[in-house]
Amino acid sequence: MPTYSLNTPLTDQDIDKLRSGDVVLLNGIIYTGRDAAHKRICDLLDKGEPLPFDLKGASIYYVGPSPAPPGRPIGSAGPTTSYRMDAYAPRLHALGLKATIGKGKRSDEVKAAMREHKAVYFGATGGAGALLSKCITASKVIAFDELGPEAVRELTVKDFPLLVINDAFGGELYAKPKLDD
Amino acid sequence: MREIKAADISAAVARMCMSANTKLPEDVRRKFEEGFANETTEAGKEIFRQLLENADLSFETKLPLCQDCGLAIFYVELGEDVFVPGGVNKAITEGMVAGYKDGYLRKSSCDPLSRKNTGDNTPAIIHIDFVPGDKLKISYMAKGGGSENMSRVTMLAPSQGWEGIKKFVVNRVAEAGPNPCPPVILGIGIGGTFEQAPKIAKKALLRKLDDTHPDPKIAEMEAELLTAVNKLGIGPMGLGGSYTCLGVKIAIAPCHIASLPLAVNVQCHSARHEEVEF
Repeated sequence: MPTYSLNTPLTDQDIDKLRSGDVVLLNGIIYTGRDAAHKRICDLLDKGEPLPFDLKGASIYYVGPSPAPPGRPIGSAGPTTSYRMDAYAPRLHALGLKATIGKGKRSDEVKAAMREHKAVYFGATGGAGALLSKCITASKVIAFDELGPEAVRELTVKDFPLLVINDAFGGELYAKPKLDD
Repeated sequence: MREIKAADISAAVARMCMSANTKLPEDVRRKFEEGFANETTEAGKEIFRQLLENADLSFETKLPLCQDCGLAIFYVELGEDVFVPGGVNKAITEGMVAGYKDGYLRKSSCDPLSRKNTGDNTPAIIHIDFVPGDKLKISYMAKGGGSENMSRVTMLAPSQGWEGIKKFVVNRVAEAGPNPCPPVILGIGIGGTFEQAPKIAKKALLRKLDDTHPDPKIAEMEAELLTAVNKLGIGPMGLGGSYTCLGVKIAIAPCHIASLPLAVNVQCHSARHEEVEF
């Protein structure tokens, strides 16, 4: 299984070489956002107001971390289920978002947007939030602090372990359930 | 009457919330070890390896096993001869709030329409059953949103019977696919009323993964469903394999002659629960 070490922001060249099933160790800055933050971001876009971070080349991690205990940058920080952000993702991909990180299936619309705008969907291991937090070296809230766990955070990650679930060429890693009928 | 102090209940509940979120139950851990040894796909094996490492790290660092520390569900068996000055509900709620605060657990409760976080994980969801005697037993379950979203209730026609039940359960797991963090655990409520079926389904998730239902007929149904679901090949985190489900727990209740209620409560692999007795 090919393994790539990539730095953010991601480029079209990075996306071009990735195929579903590849392992990626991600380094650099990524942004957190889940249900409520996505709604706020799209509200800002509707009003033509500036966003809390530059979408060009950006990676968004669908996560609502647990509170940081003293002496740690962040609490437990595993992925949340991605389909809830499907309503927002195509619009963000069109504006330059290169990667989303979560768990679970994406809609056909999101997969089409990833093909059209050269982007990928990474899976992180759900329910391994303590383990994943080890790869997060810094965290700061940059927007919507009042949303608590749903606030937008800027995370610095080192060798953050990911699997390419959907690539920019229509590839998909998830097993198709075997049903008799 | 036996008096139990509310402060003692609160302290025990707080400890239980913190402990359950950082210590994987032994029966679940044994299943992970079994999966790591026997899973047929390398990707699935790797997930079990990560989950075992995550459990060790969580216990050691007290970072929660999963960032979704869930809504806090409590099942209470309250002896009819027990008196709690101040009230059991309040004692449990205060303990939960303290445990989620002091344990740095995530507060995941919000207003359904404004989506404003309640800030302290309230309300605790408390189910009280009165039982004879002077004992008090409180079971706590941390129930995450990802698996809860994949759960369903349906009202089957009596003619659909066991085949209809099996079909609904298998299709539900197939449709959920990788979303609820498989390998999952299924709480199945058969019968009762519209609100009772999911209640008994969820409570069934408190059972040990390696127990056997005392009714041999139901034990057989659990085994049959487990085999059927695992044939789907969804595997750990949806990456393919033989471990899609770690256990099926069925609860039944009498129902109306016109109905066959069925609830499927999906639990993720991070099946966090504990109990305390007074």
